[in-house]
Amino acid sequence: MKFGLLVSEGPYTHQASDSAYQFVVAALAKGHEVQRVFFYHDGVNNATRLTEPPQDDRHVVNRWSALAADHKVDLVVCVAAALRRGIKDEVLAPGFRISGLGQLVDSGIKADRLITFGD
Amino acid sequence: MSEQQTAPASGPKVKKFMFVNRKAPYGTIYALESLEVVLITATFDQDVSLVFLDDGVYELVKGQQTKGIGIKNFSPSYRALDGYDVEKLYVDAASMAQRGLTEKDLLVPVEVLDAQQMGALMAEQDVILSF
Repeated sequence: MKFGLLVSEGPYTHQASDSAYQFVVAALAKGHEVQRVFFYHDGVNNATRLTEPPQDDRHVVNRWSALAADHKVDLVVCVAAALRRGIKDEVLAPGFRISGLGQLVDSGIKADRLITFGD
Repeated sequence: MSEQQTAPASGPKVKKFMFVNRKAPYGTIYALESLEVVLITATFDQDVSLVFLDDGVYELVKGQQTKGIGIKNFSPSYRALDGYDVEKLYVDAASMAQRGLTEKDLLVPVEVLDAQQMGALMAEQDVILSF
C-alpha cells in the first residue's frame, strides 16, 4: 500500500512525530511504500538542524534525516507554516525540503491512505 | 451506492476531501491553518467539504471581534469559500445546541447534520483531515 503522512506537532512536546517515525519504519519493513511525509503546523519544527537533545534521548530530527538518506523518504515542510516559525532553508536538516501545501493535497490524491499524526 | 456526480468520464480521479474543524478559531492556530489547506485543495479540483464540530462551530460565528487579543480576525475568509467552489459546509447539531448556537448565528449557509448523518458522510470520504 502507498501511504502519505501528515505530522502536525513538533518534536518532544508531543509524541506525534515519534509515532509517525515508528509508523514509517514499520510500513517500510512490511514492504509498503511511503510516498511522502508532510510537516505542518508546529510539525515544521521537526525539520531544524539546530536541535540538540540530551545524549541519552532519541534525536527526533536526525532520525528523520537518516530515514530520508536510507530509504529516500520525501520529507516536505510547508513553506507558509515554516516561515511563521523561523524554519528556513539555512536551518533545514538533511533530507528535508520546503514546499507548498499543494504537496499535502498531492499526497491525498496519490496515496492510498493519508494518515495524520497530531495531538 | 453513492452517485458519481463529481468524477469526470475521463481524466484523473476526483477524490472526496473532508476537512474536520474541531477547535475554536483563536487560542490555537489549527483553525486558520486548516482554512489555508482548504483554499489550496480547492485549486486542485477535488470534491471538498468542511465539517464543523465541537468548538469548531465557533469558527463560523458572526461578529468576531479580535482587537482585544491582537490577533487577525480571519472569519471573513469563510464567506469567500463559495468563490472557490467550496459550498459543502456541514455543522454538527449537538455541538451547536450545546453552545446555544443556531444557524442564524453563523456567517455562511450551512447544513446541520446529526451524528448519524455526519458519520455516514464521513464514511463516503477518501481523505479526512482533522484540525
